Amino acid sequence: MNSILPWIILLTPLASAVVIVLFTLRWKTVSGFISIAAVLVSFTCSCLIFTQSGLTAAEFTWIDIGSVFKVPFGFTLDQLSKTMLLVVSGVGATIHIYSLGYMRNDEGKSRYFAALSLFMFAMLGIVLANNFIMLFIFWELVGFTSYVLIGHWLNRDAAADAANKAFITTRIGDFGFMIGILMVWMATGSIVFAESAPKMAIFASHPGFVTIAALLIFCGAVGKSAQFPLHVWLPDAMEGPTPISALIHAATMVAAGVYMLVRVAFVIQASQSALLVVAWIGTITAAMAALIATQQNDIKRILAYSTLSQLGYMMMAVGLASNDAAMFHLFTHAFFKALLFLGAGSIIVMLHHEQNIWKMGGLSRKLPITFVTFAVGALALIGCPPFSGFFSKDAILALAYEHNAPIFIVGLFTAFLTAFYVVRLLVIVFFGDTRSEVARQSRESPLVMTGPLIVLAILAALGGFGFFARNFLTVPVEKETGFLVPVLAFGALIVGSGLAIAIYRNRANEPIEIEVLRHKFYFDEFYAWLIKWTQELLAHVSAFFDRWIIDTVAVDGSSRGTWGVGALLRLIQVGNLQTYAFLFGLGVVAVIYFAVFR
Amino acid sequence: MITLGDYLIVSGILFTIGFAGVMLRRNLIIILMSLELMLNAANLSLVAFSRFRVGPTGLPDYNAQVFVFFIITVAAAEVAVGLAILVALYRARQTTDLNDISSLKF
Repeated sequence: MNSILPWIILLTPLASAVVIVLFTLRWKTVSGFISIAAVLVSFTCSCLIFTQSGLTAAEFTWIDIGSVFKVPFGFTLDQLSKTMLLVVSGVGATIHIYSLGYMRNDEGKSRYFAALSLFMFAMLGIVLANNFIMLFIFWELVGFTSYVLIGHWLNRDAAADAANKAFITTRIGDFGFMIGILMVWMATGSIVFAESAPKMAIFASHPGFVTIAALLIFCGAVGKSAQFPLHVWLPDAMEGPTPISALIHAATMVAAGVYMLVRVAFVIQASQSALLVVAWIGTITAAMAALIATQQNDIKRILAYSTLSQLGYMMMAVGLASNDAAMFHLFTHAFFKALLFLGAGSIIVMLHHEQNIWKMGGLSRKLPITFVTFAVGALALIGCPPFSGFFSKDAILALAYEHNAPIFIVGLFTAFLTAFYVVRLLVIVFFGDTRSEVARQSRESPLVMTGPLIVLAILAALGGFGFFARNFLTVPVEKETGFLVPVLAFGALIVGSGLAIAIYRNRANEPIEIEVLRHKFYFDEFYAWLIKWTQELLAHVSAFFDRWIIDTVAVDGSSRGTWGVGALLRLIQVGNLQTYAFLFGLGVVAVIYFAVFR
Repeated sequence: MITLGDYLIVSGILFTIGFAGVMLRRNLIIILMSLELMLNAANLSLVAFSRFRVGPTGLPDYNAQVFVFFIITVAAAEVAVGLAILVALYRARQTTDLNDISSLKF
């Protein structure tokens, strides 16, 4: 049955962005409401689509080069994309509403909402795309909107730098992604998922080719989902407004990498070695980010590193060939991470943009609703039963336990670290003494901000239960691993939280300093050095080329050559008429000789 | 009996004298005269060829003689132009000596 709904879902946010940019840039409140109306329309249509089955949508051929290369503009409407639509538009809707409160007095509110709408368009496009090219274009569009929104406060250097860093870093991954897409097209002759999937089997005889294609496509996910070693942009992206951090850099866009890998699982799963790489990159990212998070002081950066860590878990699941587990964690993570960020945003706004956790303290009394909802999110994040994170993380850990023991051990260690740094955050921010004047004067946020918090808290609490989640996705069924995995995970949780409480209770400043973690394993320094080094090498090479090849050989060489030939030739210009006549005569003789006698 | 060879030898001597004059003398008027000498050496050999190439009708081959007339005409025109240039040059430089006319030299 053909339906117009997917088109409405996709185009309403675009229309909203266009209207805001063209007509209502001056009326900031109107812009906000247009944007919210658009996302609510998308959300409603997503719900309608979700309740129907067997839907199709009209599509048209977008690019057609002979019979060689065809790009349709069409939609995928399966269980996966329907659920993702709900998550994106649902979380998006709450965050749009929350933004109304958070960006209340912002100068660039219209620009903000226009970009937010454009982001919804692009993100929904990724979810709905039925071919690689569409996916890639929307993929780049979310990158662009992410750039605009990170740099929203464009007068701040840090924000502008962070925006550049995010855009450039993800572009590195996207370059690989693009080559990967071309390789898949080369191999299967089609860029439509449904058409190229069955043809992948032909290439079982070329394992090297498939592995490279899979890894290149994975590159795109590494960039967008901020996996090791391209993870450096995500913590810096926290320079953007907090709702953006919640929507783009926690719940949806960074999860797009995982969604994409699940969507093109037919490529990734065609190669065992690619799967192993994906799993290990995920594992490394999870552990590394969790380690770094234990020593950060900026509330949003801690959450950013926890996002990295949770995305690492999802990649781990993708690498262990379980799309269900990855999507399950993506689903629960979207809710509790958006919730945590919005909670952090509520704190930040009420503390007049103070983000240092050591300047907070005792906020459970000042912001009770924020505290309760934040705590729900935190418990879900550390995987405390019965909150949603417990189920999804447990599914991934059980999977790792079954297939790969080293990954399981690192995963368990990461779970311990997660509990440690999240409880550290909770203890420092919400308990103990209030450590600064702004914190003492803070009060609870308005309803427009706490409302979304409450909605998300309910989802974060319930999202993991089978009876709830089963409506939206296939909940991975655990094989008979017994109680070992949940018990171990719970043990790690208890140890981690207990340790954090013991260390950080009633502290006014950091009792342990670990330099290497505080400096995020020196990744930024290393990249700065690497870029400086390559840049200098390149500069030297091009300077050499310019000085010796261009200047000396090409420019000076041609001038000296002309000069030299001229100097030689003028030797025969003696100015004597008779010499000329003689040479002329010789020439005539030579011509006659060659013409007649040869 | 005078043979074709004798004519050609005389023609060759005349051409050589003319060529030597063109190459060695410094006065432009002499050079011009030597040039004429070379042309006439060529004319002489042409006429000799004509005289000694008798066709089946018993008449000489007149093509060469026609050619000679052309050469004489062209030579006349050439002398006119050459002398005019020479006069103009003399007016400009007050000399007809080649050693003094070498501005095209490096």
